[in-house]
Amino acid sequence: MTTAPATRLSPPGNKHRPAGTKHKKRGRTPSEWIVLVLIALGALLVVFPMLLLLINAFKSPADYANSNPLELPQALSFDGIKAFWSGNNFPRALWNSVFISGMVAILAVVLSVLNAFAIGIGRVKGRTWLILVFLMANLVPQEMLFDPLFKLYDDLGLLSNPWSVIITFTVIQSAFGTYLLSSLLGTFPKEILEAAAVDGASRFRSLRSIIVPILKPTLSVLMVFFFIWTWNEFLLPLAFLNTDDSLTVPLVLEQLNGERQTDTTTLVAGTLISIIPTIIFFLIFQRTLTRGITAGAVK
Amino acid sequence: MPSLTRTPRKQVHPHDAPRIPQRGGGRLGYWLYFIPGAILVGVVIFYPIIRNLRLSFFHWRGGRAEEEFAGFDNWVALFQDSEYLQSFQNIFLVIVAMVIVPTLLGLVVAAALFDVVGRRFGGKLSSFLRATYYLPQILPIAVAGVMFSWILKPNSDGVLNQFLSFLTGNEVAVNWLGGQYSTAITSTMVLMIWIQIGYPVVIFMAALQRVEPELYEASELDGANWFQRFRAITLPMIRPEVFVVALTTTIAALKVFAPVFILTMGGPSKSTYVPSFYAYQEFIRGTDKGYAAAIASSITIVVFIVSVIFIKAQHRAERKDA
Repeated sequence: MTTAPATRLSPPGNKHRPAGTKHKKRGRTPSEWIVLVLIALGALLVVFPMLLLLINAFKSPADYANSNPLELPQALSFDGIKAFWSGNNFPRALWNSVFISGMVAILAVVLSVLNAFAIGIGRVKGRTWLILVFLMANLVPQEMLFDPLFKLYDDLGLLSNPWSVIITFTVIQSAFGTYLLSSLLGTFPKEILEAAAVDGASRFRSLRSIIVPILKPTLSVLMVFFFIWTWNEFLLPLAFLNTDDSLTVPLVLEQLNGERQTDTTTLVAGTLISIIPTIIFFLIFQRTLTRGITAGAVK
Repeated sequence: MPSLTRTPRKQVHPHDAPRIPQRGGGRLGYWLYFIPGAILVGVVIFYPIIRNLRLSFFHWRGGRAEEEFAGFDNWVALFQDSEYLQSFQNIFLVIVAMVIVPTLLGLVVAAALFDVVGRRFGGKLSSFLRATYYLPQILPIAVAGVMFSWILKPNSDGVLNQFLSFLTGNEVAVNWLGGQYSTAITSTMVLMIWIQIGYPVVIFMAALQRVEPELYEASELDGANWFQRFRAITLPMIRPEVFVVALTTTIAALKVFAPVFILTMGGPSKSTYVPSFYAYQEFIRGTDKGYAAAIASSITIVVFIVSVIFIKAQHRAERKDA
């Protein structure tokens, strides 16, 4: 600590705060240091696989073959990254992922708001059951959906089309949104809505100009969530997206992993690149995220 | 509208009243807002559920083949199918890896981060560490799986094998994923724990903020040690969150697919099958889609029952508190 000289200069009475204050300042005990070290080691263990990727993604194939995975690269090589970037049409996959996740984030929030408006504000009959019906979308295992939907999208000509995934996940994600927003709107201040009705606002007008603006923080949290959840999806995109230029980021990587002749440095570089968009997203929305996870947890 | 003519006689309970005063259309107007949601949920969720439930009573080769009524054949066959039973056995290990271990570890890490790191070493450090633990949660599971399969490569060029060779001085070449059931399932479980750990940490830390610091200080004055405090104050206070975490992760565990698909493909010799993966394989490669539908339907039913049990238990706990 750098405050040692300051405490020496201050009068002895100020050294300890009066006993009544909330946070008593006392020295950190050895056991507290041990806890800190253990927790920090745990955190290191969690990021360790990603550090390994970072170290090995910049090795040339020869360097990788001759060195230990824990050693730093001899020289920075971008061979693996270049091979992955161009060889697998990664920019296309990145765009597919962004487009699909972005559309789902927007559409699922719209759908959640509409459902929740009828349940939370309209208080329609049987609303508890309705919430359960919508929650089914979240409960049902995806392998229950994929064969019938595969056939349906095949008939509609939507296979290998991003919209097959967008439609499906708009419904699946809106289950959580409907549940969360319904309980929020159930406690929406009645006076505001009454005032609007007296002023002649229609229902849709109240929804658009009063409720949505007030809910905006929650809606943005939901959007971030829907985006990440959809980005990470695997089974249904694997089933619906089959042509090379329709693949999403996880699918491209999985395909590369499955090919026997794939060079390891290409695979490692590819894994690192596939992680980067999520990490950037995480850093931008860190606050929103931690606020959001807890928003849904307990009502 | 018939519903309107009846309303004057029936007293509308205030809790059931719509929150916007009614003008024309009455409450029926609100149903309009369900139209897009109802159509979509019907087509995307309920049509497949009904279709598969029905198909589970038929034999069907798929495509243009005729469906052939099978009664309960497929359902009975499930209980004599060793792969199916094995896949459900594995689910218990998945629950250990996705629910039990992360929840227990999460409690310890969250309490340590909140109580010790947050209070004694500053909130910045504790939120940084929290973010680190949460990081695997946002990675695509498929990408995390590819990363682990790189680390666990067989032969001497796998990262873990090289690391162990370096430690022991001998050449280590364990085939972690393809060699034995024990190493394959353990590796898959480690991946699941790694992915899951951040979720309970973040939820429990947020829950701990609700606990009043005065309670802790009072117990400290009474001479309670950290563990006593944890058991008597912390745990009861954050019980609702423990419930939510247990429910959501149990459902996720029952539906688990990607880690198995990426790491082991169900191998060695189908020993690491999980129900989702088995259903997927049967739909894609099997000769009887009716049987695949029976597998998928059985998982759906299990998920549904587990959720209902959990929610009921939670309601009862809440009522006891009130």
